[in-house]
Formats: sequence, C-alpha cells, structure tokens
Amino acid sequence: MVPFGAYVVVFLIIPTLVVVIGAFGANPEDGGGATLENIKALGNRQVVDAFVFSVSLSAGSALIGAVLGALLAYAVATAKPDGMLRRLVTSACAVLAQFGGVTLAFAFYATIGLTGFVTVYLADHYDVNIFSGGVWLFELPGLTLVYTYFQIPLMVIVFLPALDGIRPQWREAAESLGGSTWQYWRLVGGPLLAPAFLGSTLLLFANAFSAYATAAALVSQGAPIVPLQIRNALTSEVLLGQENVGKALALGMVVVVAVVMWLYALLQRRTSRWLG
Amino acid sequence: MNAARRRKQRLFRWTVLVVLGVFFLLPLYAMLEFTTRAPDGRTAEVWKTLLDWRQIQEDYPDLSAGVVYSLEQAALTALLMLVLLVPTMVWVRLRLPWLRRPLEFLCLLPLTIPAIVLVVGLAPVYAWVTYFVGGSSLTLTFAYVVLVLPFAYRALDAGLSAIDVKTLSEAARSLGAGWGTVLWRVVLPNIRSAVLSAAFLSVALVLGEFTIASLLNRENLQVAINLLGKSSATISVAVSLVSLVLAFVLLFALSFVGRRRRSKEAS
Repeated sequence: MVPFGAYVVVFLIIPTLVVVIGAFGANPEDGGGATLENIKALGNRQVVDAFVFSVSLSAGSALIGAVLGALLAYAVATAKPDGMLRRLVTSACAVLAQFGGVTLAFAFYATIGLTGFVTVYLADHYDVNIFSGGVWLFELPGLTLVYTYFQIPLMVIVFLPALDGIRPQWREAAESLGGSTWQYWRLVGGPLLAPAFLGSTLLLFANAFSAYATAAALVSQGAPIVPLQIRNALTSEVLLGQENVGKALALGMVVVVAVVMWLYALLQRRTSRWLG
Repeated sequence: MNAARRRKQRLFRWTVLVVLGVFFLLPLYAMLEFTTRAPDGRTAEVWKTLLDWRQIQEDYPDLSAGVVYSLEQAALTALLMLVLLVPTMVWVRLRLPWLRRPLEFLCLLPLTIPAIVLVVGLAPVYAWVTYFVGGSSLTLTFAYVVLVLPFAYRALDAGLSAIDVKTLSEAARSLGAGWGTVLWRVVLPNIRSAVLSAAFLSVALVLGEFTIASLLNRENLQVAINLLGKSSATISVAVSLVSLVLAFVLLFALSFVGRRRRSKEAS
C-alpha cells in the first residue's frame, strides 16, 4: 500500500501538479511568481488554429471510426461467440488500437506516400494521380484517414460489450408483436445502444485528441495539432522560456480530455443500467 | 431466427468484413511490397538481413539496442506493475474497502492525462531520477508503469472480483499462513489469467510506446524505428511490420489462454 502510494505520488500526482502549477508560473528570468501570461498565450493565432485543427481531426476520425467500427462490431457480434472469426478480429483490433504510432505512419507512407504502393499502382495502371490536388496526406483529410486506422479497432473493442448485452429475446418480443426489422432498430435496439454508441464516440475523440506518435512520425514540418505544438514548446531552442507555455498547452489538453471523459462516464453509467 | 434473416445477416457480415478487411490489410501488404522492392523486380535482401541478428547489431546498432531496451522495459514494467498493484489491490479489498473508489479513480486517471502531457510533467521528475539512478533508458519503466495502470487495474480487478478474496485469505490465515503466503500461494494462483492478461497488455503497450521515450530522449524500439526511417526506410518498415505481426500473434495466443481457463472452470 505504502510503496504504491508513494509511487503514484511521485510519477503521477507530481507530474500533474507540475503541469498545472507550471501553467500559471512565470519564467524564472522574469522573476518567477504567478502569472496568467501563459494562459493568455493560448489565445495566439497559432495555438487557436492548432486546437481547432486537433478538434476537427479528432471529431472527424471519431465519427467515421465510430460508424464503421460499430458496423464491424455488429458483424462480429452476430458471429459465433467463441468462433475463430471473433477471436481473429478482436485480437487484430487490440493490436491495431494500441500499436499505432510510428508503425502506422510508416504503413501509410508505404501505402499512399509519394512512392506508396497504391499511389504507384494507380498512376501506372489507371493514370490517376491521387495527389493531383496537392499532397493531402499531411493535411486534415490524410491525417483523418490515418487516424481512422486505429479508431475503428478501438471502437470495436469498446462497443462490442454493449452489443453483447443486447438479448435476442428482445428482438423476438418485437417480432411477436408484429414489429419489422426497421421498427426494432428504431424503437428498441437504437435507443438501447445510443448511450453506448455516444460514449464510445467520445472515447474515440479523446483517443485521437491525445494521439501524438503517428502525427510526430508523419508530419516533420509545422505543428498542426496541439501535441506537436507542445513538442515544439518543449524542444524549441530558438524561443527560450517557452516551457511554461508548453505547460499551459498541456493544461488545455487535459481540460478538453477531462470534460470528454466526464461525459463518457455519465453515458457509461446509463449504459450499464440498461445493458448490464 | 428465420432463415431469410440469417442469410441477410451473413451477407451483411461478409460485406463489412471484406470491405474493412481490405482497408486494414492494404497498408500491411503495402509495407511488405515496399520492403521487397528492387530496381528490377523483387528482392528478399531486407528480410535476410532482418533474420540475421548479428548483422543487425553490426549495421544498425541503434535498432538492436532499441529492441533490447524495449524488451527489458516491457519485462520490468510488467513486473513492477504486478509487484506494486496486486498486493495493494488485495490489501484494499481485505482491509480498506473505503479506499476502493479512490484507488480506482487513481488508477484510471492516466486515461484522462494524454501521454504528451505526462511528459511535460515528468521532465522535472526525471531530472531527479537521472540524478539518483542515472539516465539509462530502463528508467522509462517508471513512467510506463503509470501508463499501463488503467489497463492493468481493470484486468486485475476483473480477476479479483471473480474470486472470494476475503474467505480464501481468512481460511489460509486460520491455517497459520502469513500474508506473504496468502498472497503468493492462495491469491495469485487464483487470479492467474487476470495477471497474465495484465502482463500481456503491459508488454504490448510498452513495445508500442513512442511519445515518452522520444521526448525524454531515451531509447526504445519505436524511437529506433523512427530514427531508422530517416536513413534506411526499408529496414524500418520491415521492422514495423514484424513488430505488428508479433504483437498480433501474442494477443491471438492470449485469447486461447483465457478460454481454456474459462472452459475448465465451467466443467
């Protein structure tokens, strides 16, 4: 108990406090003390742009991932519960959801990079240049596509338990009352699954918002998303004294993720009441 | 269920699986294609190099160091996580039940703190770590234990909930067992599969970790892959592919371990 407590204080509580306090701390060169300067720096054009970009990227990839992931989860849920298909898909999803990062960036370089397999294949066989409108791989559409690759698997993992909670008897009950498939989904299945679906989407949003490695390995210039801005603030040698701005950015991220996770917990409670 | 609906469901299932299967397998195939490219046709040169560990050590010292570091970090993280978490969780269940909610909150907290934010706060802590125990890449283990806490907690909590810790430990105590014996010979064997899955999850997470290692300027597999991507792209892509496939095999095998235990309990 004591070792665990001490450990968590040193490696979890103190770092969190460092971020929170640092966000309101002035640079030592300016005499230290408390200040709101760093928080004000969040109003910078660049920072606001990064937050807007991060939020659109996270929201876009979360929505696409949630819809496609839910379809895949449903396809798996209707298969044999202990069968090979389900085992394969869930293992693959666990790997792809966690393992993203650098690996994923390279996978997409090899696929739709400038000399990627698909790029070259389309150019050779169909004379189609997928980058004729500019290299969109490093912009919002490209990053959304790459993020989808780890969002769909995550959706399968978090949404599958909710689908398993649906009892076949409910459907039979609906049918015996003369309900059609469409009516069943609109009046029974849909409303039951809605909180779980929304909750999972929020989790996907938080996941994309916190993701760093993929973008770091993919985007070498500029810092379109907040995590990359934090990297710049941390490693910048040109702008000294940016460290506390980095902490303010970090605090901003924590606030966004914390709000999302709080909503997630609310929805989770509702889901467990209905589908437990 | 009537036959028409079952047929429709099967059609739906295979459509979804095929479409998404292509989406997920295409990048993996592209990686394979990329690593076998040659000026004229195909070559297996990269894969031959990759199979020869001595050659890797010679030609890509960063990569071999990264692989070794990552494996060591993974093993240490799993071990330290279990040593810290299992006794604490058992103790809280037995003696301090009012601490359960706070403990759960604490363990799930890293989910709300993005790794990049953790790095910001960890930087000063690590200045002290470096001061006391040196700047080895193995010290990343400390941060990784925090990262795996939420997943490990959930796995272990599920395992502990499935057995009656209180009765078991009281029975053992009344027969004269000390706390160490209770933990080691009574509780642990009963939550073996939970411990296994917590450990596997930790290993998978550590092997894929990049953010903290790269920003604290330490070495591990992902950092090495990223670095290598700038000089010899084919090797780095090949290593990426191998690590993905290995992680998949690991988790796929784990899904069988879990089932065997369950079916044994059922019988």
